[in-house]
Amino acid sequence: MTRFANAFAKGPALVCFITAGDGDTASNLDALVAGGADVIELGMPFTDPMADGPAIQEANLRALARGTRTADIFRIATEFRQRHPNVPLVLMGYANPMTIRGPEWFADECAKAGVDGVICVDIPSEEDAELGPALREKGVSLIRLATPTTDAARLPAVLNGSSGFLYYVSVAGITGMQQAAQGSIEEAVARLKAASDIPVAVGFGVRTPEQAAAIAKVADGVVVGSAFVEIVKQHGDSAPGPLQDYTASLAEAVHSARINA
Amino acid sequence: MTVQSPNSLRSYPDESGHFGQFGGRYVAETLMPLILDLEKEYRAARQDPAFQAQFDDLLKTFVGRPSPLYPAPRVTEHFRKLAPKGKGPKIYFKREDLNHTGAHKINNCIGQILLAMRMGKTKIIAETGAGQHGVATATVAARFGLPCTIFMGAKDVERQKPNVFRMKLLGAEVMPVTSGAETLKDAMNEALRHWVANVHDTFYIIGTAAGPHPYPELVRDFQSVIGTETRAQMLEAEGRLPDMLVAAVGGGSNAIGMFHPFLDDPEVAMVGIEAGGHGVDTDKHAASLTGGKPGILHGNKTYLLQDEDGQITEAHSISAGLDYPGLGPEHSWLHEAGRVRYVPITDSEALEAFQLCCALEGIIPALESAHALAALPQLTAEMDEDKLLVVNVSGRGDKDIFTVAEALGVEL
Repeated sequence: MTRFANAFAKGPALVCFITAGDGDTASNLDALVAGGADVIELGMPFTDPMADGPAIQEANLRALARGTRTADIFRIATEFRQRHPNVPLVLMGYANPMTIRGPEWFADECAKAGVDGVICVDIPSEEDAELGPALREKGVSLIRLATPTTDAARLPAVLNGSSGFLYYVSVAGITGMQQAAQGSIEEAVARLKAASDIPVAVGFGVRTPEQAAAIAKVADGVVVGSAFVEIVKQHGDSAPGPLQDYTASLAEAVHSARINA
Repeated sequence: MTVQSPNSLRSYPDESGHFGQFGGRYVAETLMPLILDLEKEYRAARQDPAFQAQFDDLLKTFVGRPSPLYPAPRVTEHFRKLAPKGKGPKIYFKREDLNHTGAHKINNCIGQILLAMRMGKTKIIAETGAGQHGVATATVAARFGLPCTIFMGAKDVERQKPNVFRMKLLGAEVMPVTSGAETLKDAMNEALRHWVANVHDTFYIIGTAAGPHPYPELVRDFQSVIGTETRAQMLEAEGRLPDMLVAAVGGGSNAIGMFHPFLDDPEVAMVGIEAGGHGVDTDKHAASLTGGKPGILHGNKTYLLQDEDGQITEAHSISAGLDYPGLGPEHSWLHEAGRVRYVPITDSEALEAFQLCCALEGIIPALESAHALAALPQLTAEMDEDKLLVVNVSGRGDKDIFTVAEALGVEL
């Protein structure tokens, strides 16, 4: 069984995002795991994060201002894998830093570092050749995004070649802004699950344990990002404590859906 | 996609929106359905005689087309004197500076707003650097009564106050963008962020022949009126095609509009002028072809200024319209195919050409166009005097007089 399959097998999973190089990333990642994160998304900073809201934009620029390089991100990933052999690790970012040395190079580095999956915001299924074949060749999952604008006609193309889980972006917009209505999430998840066997995780605008619990009742996973990144911004090097506490509150809410299901 | 003919350079992009390895549709999934929709609607519009007729009529009655092809006698004489004996071609200017709003930008804005209305979109957004595309967009939005929001880097808002006021007079809302370096690249990021959250009712009028497919194609097609007119005007004036076309390349829409109708005429040479800033051997320039390498940004694959990790680096040019770290994908492809030669020109060379054009022809060119004019010393020295050379004077320089005065140390 893959790490992804394990993480989603127990019931709804909590997926936690922070930006690599923003603060003491290794300690922050450990705090997320200690708090009960089931899957980790590690953001690769980019100068032009055009799908992100202010919180993650600023985290990208803070990370780059501290001199974070692609090599540092793979070092963080490699060390994370040594400390946490069973927690799935996903790299999330933009096409240019992922493809600049060639997709094969990137896929190879992911495989060597123990990265389980990759989310690339600006490579839709139409441009799959840019990264998808290289990742699949190395056994790294390509995790695609589905959105409220992904209609039934497009969905098969989005699912084709994707694995690990499907990330449902619940609002047409950027990260960290408003949350979608619960009704629309339920409807969308039902539609996605009818079309696919892979787990469906829902994100964008999720901040409170209550929101997370409501989503966990209908989806296989809940993704939280901007809220973590804001804690890192606020607490700097002393972020691990608050991160762990916040993760624990979300994890309890998400995992309680397992028992009540 | 135009009809594919294997021997034609004019038949690109291919069905998937690529020019060779360049172009494409590198956007977030939320935008993909809209981009596909736009492509479909654009194909239908191209086939619709009523769309074309409305576009042509507005170019004539609102923009003031055709723009003249002007034989520039004193500039021709000037460079003939400097050139070796028997060299120094006859120089023509394509006068896009005489268009309504003072530049070629309006051609594209007319075409895109007609598409927006055809698609039932009720709100218009655009990005702008110096404000020229913002003014052109605000102009067409006012003409058709659609609300319009212009994203502009906060630094540019400060630097380009007259254009900010123009946009406001035209009824547009100007949103200062405070992320990143607060210039054109950041304005484009912010416009994309706004668009992704408002795809249902909002049309994004991109200002240059770049961005996700089909933008590079449709912007080029709308701007091709420049080259199509030049061709007819030159045939009428001289009875033959020009020997060389010269145009400045920022995003590259005035250049591709001028070049595209001539791509299959091998006897017509083409030179694109990049902004060399302080020099392409410094870190302060905007010459993406000379100093960059292929990468993915803002929806397309093209040459970009970037570091080895693929982080985008800041561009610099004295001309705000050329101050962008990439360029349209068709230029990247024409560069690699060897069909168009791309040459960098520095800030100071452009400043010199700016003054020369004012003094010799009574025309104040935009700093963008001054880059094209600045290539004349080297280009004319190589060409026989019976040859014909056309410079695309893409815009007028009234907007640039403050920048030029400052660069020359003149207090206004």
